[in-house]
Amino acid sequence: MADIILTGPALEQARTQIDESLVQAGVHTVLLIDHAGNVVASCGKNRKDLDMTSLAALAAANFGATSQMARIIGEDDFSLLFHKGKKDSIHFAKIGREMILITIFGDEVSLGLVRLRVAELTSNIEKIFGLDN
Amino acid sequence: MALIDLSKREVHCKIVYYGPGRCGKTTNLLYIYNSMNSNAKGKMLTIETKGDRTLFFDLLPLNLGKIKDFDIRIQLYTVPGQAIYEATRKLVLKGVDGLVFVADSLRVRRQKNIESLKDLKKNLVDYNLDIETLPVVLQYNKRDLAGSPIPTLSLEELEEDLNSDLGVKAFQAAATKGVGVFETLKDISKKTVRYVATKHLVKPK
Repeated sequence: MADIILTGPALEQARTQIDESLVQAGVHTVLLIDHAGNVVASCGKNRKDLDMTSLAALAAANFGATSQMARIIGEDDFSLLFHKGKKDSIHFAKIGREMILITIFGDEVSLGLVRLRVAELTSNIEKIFGLDN
Repeated sequence: MALIDLSKREVHCKIVYYGPGRCGKTTNLLYIYNSMNSNAKGKMLTIETKGDRTLFFDLLPLNLGKIKDFDIRIQLYTVPGQAIYEATRKLVLKGVDGLVFVADSLRVRRQKNIESLKDLKKNLVDYNLDIETLPVVLQYNKRDLAGSPIPTLSLEELEEDLNSDLGVKAFQAAATKGVGVFETLKDISKKTVRYVATKHLVKPK
């Protein structure tokens, strides 16, 4: 795993982007994590009941497990995952090779909008952190 | 790969407890979890499994205080020991900063210890990591059985099997009773933080 250096301004820029595109669209919480399960940034409603450390570790593991499944069917990996709940749902998207964007949103936000915004964000964040090369 | 957050002044390190199935990795974490005060520990996460085996991993976040105004946060992970869970075991190793290899003192587990260490080395190579440079400590668990009628391995045998190449510090433990658990944790945390700090934070003169 290569070392990634996230500078303060880059991180701030990423946070602003997440805030403008996803949080303002009505999603609850957005986490940016790495594949080792570290929380790089969190945006949106600061829910005290949300155990971010565990969520990040599980999300990273979940991604790892599904990419093994992908390999079995002849894919490299799956670039996004979606889990639907009764009220809240969770959307995972891969950013570059090292990061995952987790979006938690309620039933008042449509999945289509989340997917659209996440797709735009993905390439923006990749550019900000220089993960696009 | 440690995460160093300069804006929050936090350093996150990942320590993985590795070892063959049923050697006591989760028991180590449980003992730590039950003995630490709630300010220093986070929630312990275990993924529901059938029986008492770890299927995916256990996770215990700890807060180890400050070094030069950086908050040191450590995440302890265990891997599933059984050979069959190779894929998940490898996943947990991603981004590891320090390793505890827990060995089983039962004589019947001798081969399993050796195989597990070999598997660890192989998985590390796949992540471009080298067991020689990473902080590693060994823990010989279930030493409380040494005096019992159950056939156990002697310390010399364990050293020869597992530590002859590595030459790292080894601790004797009885994780169910907590013997050696904190000694192991203290040593590996110290080594890991030093490793991360010299690698990323402190510029060599």
